[in-house]
Amino acid sequence: MTENKTAQQAVQTPEAPETQAKKQGRIKEIVLNGLILQNPILVLFLGMCATMAVSTSLVNAVGMGLSTTAVLICSNVVISLLRKLIPKEVRIACYVVVIAAFVTIVDLLLKAFLPSLSDALGIFIPLIVVNCIILGRAEAFASKNGPLYAAVDGVSMGLGFTLALCAMGLIRELLGGGAILGHQVLPEKAILLAAPCGGFLVLGCLVALTQYLKARVANKKKGGDEA
Amino acid sequence: MSLFSLFSLALTAILAENFVLVKFLGICPFLGVSKKTDTALGMGMAVVFVMGLSSIVTWAVNEYLLLPLGLAYMQTVAFILVIAALVQFVELFLKKFIPTLYTALGIYLPLITTNCAVLGAALLNVQAPRGPLESTAFGVFSGLGFTLAIVLFASVRERLEFSKFPKAFEGFPQALITAGLIAMAFMGFSGLSIG
Repeated sequence: MTENKTAQQAVQTPEAPETQAKKQGRIKEIVLNGLILQNPILVLFLGMCATMAVSTSLVNAVGMGLSTTAVLICSNVVISLLRKLIPKEVRIACYVVVIAAFVTIVDLLLKAFLPSLSDALGIFIPLIVVNCIILGRAEAFASKNGPLYAAVDGVSMGLGFTLALCAMGLIRELLGGGAILGHQVLPEKAILLAAPCGGFLVLGCLVALTQYLKARVANKKKGGDEA
Repeated sequence: MSLFSLFSLALTAILAENFVLVKFLGICPFLGVSKKTDTALGMGMAVVFVMGLSSIVTWAVNEYLLLPLGLAYMQTVAFILVIAALVQFVELFLKKFIPTLYTALGIYLPLITTNCAVLGAALLNVQAPRGPLESTAFGVFSGLGFTLAIVLFASVRERLEFSKFPKAFEGFPQALITAGLIAMAFMGFSGLSIG
């Protein structure tokens, strides 16, 4: 499998011959960036609309996260393959067409196989087209890197998005509805958190927590260096 | 369409189902371009303009092109292309013929292509489904709702600029909490309807 990937890599990006170790380091960096260091929701603040609208329950969050991930991987790979063919002036329009095509595929698949999820997410499935994460990764990463790296970036950014979305979904479903995955666990519910304003409040607290942890880690590192 | 139903549509789109604070459409520019009231107003006006135009154009594209050809499943692709082209066209048109308006809205126009409120309004119009006049009215009113929300939010943020916050809440979280409180106020309008 790895050999196969290496061969592909060599064929597709002949301009950058890299050693196995270096490549693994690079992939590890991309994965860490997507999941934690550059988490699209908690650090980059991308894709806010979908985040707040569909994070009312864990199921919706997982569905939205995975749909977005699928679109992101496909569009990243295709755009990376086409990166030398697309003229610079019209690149954004080309990216949008590629993304819209994959979103339509995902939309039709969901309608056919998971109609209840498709109903719950509603208009936010077609709106993946204008999710800034996807266009952002196309412009910032896929248009400059080979298809293997672009795919890895798509997977890790998508999973980072899904993780943050699930955290929000879990908190809002648990506190706002007193349930986990539809099973009632808490006797009381704070309906406010399930209401629209809850999305802003929960995300605000999560981002604050991220900033707090980041500051703590930075402080510790500083302290360690001095000692 | 009677005046009464127009008023009812306005009430729903601007207050009861505010695009930003209740439906979560157009959050990115809402959080990004809301540090000053002036820029917020400029962005809001640009959105009203483009949403009104795109609503009528996407209605026509859907009615006369997609439906007769049986291409309804291409709506997302077609609409985003129409919106992107329209924004470019509006930019060129304003630059040439109404330069004062261009200087006022100019920098906000390219941002609107990826504003999900515009595509959202087009898709909601098709789903409802609404006629040409109603679609345009819905686009304009939803744009006004966006403007109301972003201007309110910007004026609150201006006042909070020099207030003290816990360190972890500085910057983005503070904006989110503020938006949450405004959204809570807008919950008071929920269920508001006439006729």
